[in-house]
Amino acid sequence: MLKVEETQPVTFSSALLAKFDEIVKRYPEGRQKSALLPLLHLVQAEYGWTSVPAMDKVAEYLNIQPIEVYEVASFYTMYFLAPKGKYVLEVCRTGPCCLVGAEKIMAHIEQKLGVKEGEVTPDGLFSWRGVECLAACGFGPVLQIGPEYTFYENLTEQSVNQLIDDLRKK
Amino acid sequence: MARKLLLEHINVPGINTLEVYRQKGGYRAVEKALKTLTPDDVVEEVKKSGLRGRGGAGFPTGMKWSFLAKPEGVPRYLVCNADESEPGTFKDRFLMTHIPHALIEGMIVSSYALGANTSYIYVRGEMMPQIRILERAIEEAKATGFLGKNILGTGYNLELYVQPGGGAYICGEETALLESLEGKRGNPRIKPPFPAIAGLYGCPTVVNNVESIAATVPIINDGGDEYAKIGIGRSTGTKLISASGNLVKPGVYEIELGLPVEEFIYSDEYCGGIANGKRLKATVAGGSSVPILPANLTLKYANGEPRLMSYESLAEGGFATGTMLGSGGFIAFDEDQCIVRNTWNFSRFYHHESCGQCSPCREGTGWLEKILYKLEFGHGTMDDIDLLWDVQRKIEGNTICPLGDAAAWPVASAIRHFRDEFEWHVKEPMKSQSTNYGLANYAKPIEKAPEEVKSQN
Repeated sequence: MLKVEETQPVTFSSALLAKFDEIVKRYPEGRQKSALLPLLHLVQAEYGWTSVPAMDKVAEYLNIQPIEVYEVASFYTMYFLAPKGKYVLEVCRTGPCCLVGAEKIMAHIEQKLGVKEGEVTPDGLFSWRGVECLAACGFGPVLQIGPEYTFYENLTEQSVNQLIDDLRKK
Repeated sequence: MARKLLLEHINVPGINTLEVYRQKGGYRAVEKALKTLTPDDVVEEVKKSGLRGRGGAGFPTGMKWSFLAKPEGVPRYLVCNADESEPGTFKDRFLMTHIPHALIEGMIVSSYALGANTSYIYVRGEMMPQIRILERAIEEAKATGFLGKNILGTGYNLELYVQPGGGAYICGEETALLESLEGKRGNPRIKPPFPAIAGLYGCPTVVNNVESIAATVPIINDGGDEYAKIGIGRSTGTKLISASGNLVKPGVYEIELGLPVEEFIYSDEYCGGIANGKRLKATVAGGSSVPILPANLTLKYANGEPRLMSYESLAEGGFATGTMLGSGGFIAFDEDQCIVRNTWNFSRFYHHESCGQCSPCREGTGWLEKILYKLEFGHGTMDDIDLLWDVQRKIEGNTICPLGDAAAWPVASAIRHFRDEFEWHVKEPMKSQSTNYGLANYAKPIEKAPEEVKSQN
C-alpha cells in the first residue's frame, strides 16, 4: 500500500539525472512517459524503495501527473512502496520450484533471519518474500537479490546459510 | 543427434561475444538479408518456413508479419516479447544469457523485414543481468556497424533498445506489454484494433517472442524451405523446451518438433528419466496454463498411439485427453507430488497476476485459490469440487485477455483427470495433511471423451 507519510524531500543527484536523460532519448518526441518503468528502477536502486516524494520528482521530470507514477508503481511487484532491508531475498514460490523444495527453503530463510515474510531484520540488513515464477524453473529452488537481481540457483539450506553469512560480512 | 539451430554453439566459450559469435557464422543472416533480399523476400522466407509463434499461441509468424499495416509516413515498430514469466518456462532467459547475439541478429533481420527503424526488446524487470548482457551485445553490434545508421552501407537504419518491465506476468500478453512499454499499468487492450494496425503509440506494431525472432536467423541462412523440412506436419523446425520438476536432468533442450514424448522424458540425450528412481505421475507439457495430463495420457493418446512433441500431437484428443505445446514449459511430477497442492499453487499465481480489469478473472481467480486452499488443507467438502468446476467455467472465455482461460484450464484439467485425488482430500482430511495420495488410480485411457466432459468444453 502507498505510504503517504511525510518523508524528507528528495533531490536527485546529477549522476542520476544524467542517466534519466539517457533513457528518455530512447523514445519518440512526446513519448517520454515510456521511461517511467526504467526510471523507477533507477530510483529504487538509489534509495532502496520508491517513496512518494521520489515518485513526485519522477512525475515532475517526465512532465506527467503524480498519480500516473503511483498507479504504475503500485501495479508492478518490483517497486517497493515501503522501506525494505538492504538485501531483499526474493524466493520463487511457484509450482515447478515447489516441486523441488522451495517451500522448505522459505521456511529455512524465515527461521535463519528470524523475521516473517515482508518484515525487516532489526539490523536493517535483510527482508525476504516469496515471489511468483522467476523463469529459472529448471534450476530451482531459486532466489534473487536486488538491485542487481543476481540469481542464486539450485538452493540448499547450506547454500542459503552461506549466502546470508557472506552478505552479513559485506 | 538431432539438429540444433539455436543452441548449436551453446558450449563454445565466449559465444556471448560478437567476435566468437561471428566466427561461428553469426551475422551472416544480416548480411544476406540486407544485401541480397528485399524486406518482402524476408517475410516470404519466414512464411515458407512455417515458423509458428514460440511464445505459446503458435500463430504463424510470417502471417502475423503480413498483417502489418503500412500507411505512408507512420513509423512501424517491432517489439520483442522477453517478458518470460509463464511458470515452467525459462528458455528465453537461457538463450539471452548465453547467446544474446542470436536475438540481436534476429531483431535486425526481422526489423528490416517489417520496415521498422526503432525496435524494442521488452525484458521482464527481474532479468536485470540479462538486460545488461543484451545492452552490451547491442553496443558491440553498433560498434561493428550492424546497428545504427546506414547498416553495412545499405542505407537501412535501425536503433535497438532494451526496456525493463516491472514484474508482472500479464505484460507477456502483447497489448499489456505495449501499455507497459508506454509507461502505463499492464492492462490488456480490447482487440480489435490489433497491434498490427494500432500498437505501440498507436502505430502498426508486431510483437514476437524471443525464440521466434531468433529462429528467423537460421531461416534466412538456410532458406524457409530447408527450415520447413525439419519437424513434422505443420509443426516445423526446432523448439526450445524448458524441462523442470522431478527430472534427472532438468534444463533447456532444443528438439526437432515431432520427437516422441517418451523419448524426451526418458532418453539420456534429454531429461534422463524421473529423478530418484520414482515413477512419473503427471506432466504439464507447455507451461502452467495448459491442461495437466496424467502419465498414461502424456506418453500415449487415448487410443494407445505414441504422443509426440508437436503442436498437433500434444493437442490430440482436445481438452478431454490432450493438452497443448504452449510455450514449451515441460513440468514433470513424480509419484509423491500432490495434484491438489500444485493446482492451488498455480491458482495462487493467477490470482496474484490477474490485472484486475475483468471481473470474472479478478474475482474468479481469488475464488479458485480460496477453494483450493480449503481442499488442500483438509477443510473441503464434495460440493467444493463442483463449485470449483463451476467457477472455472465462468472465467473461461469471459475475459479480455487469455489470462482468464490460463487460470481456468489447469483447474479444469486437474479435476477432469484427478478427481479421485480431490475426493480423497475431502474424505481423508487428516491423512491428506501428512501423506500424499501417491500415483493415483488415474482413469484408464479413454477411447473417446465422455459426453458430459465433451459438452463442458
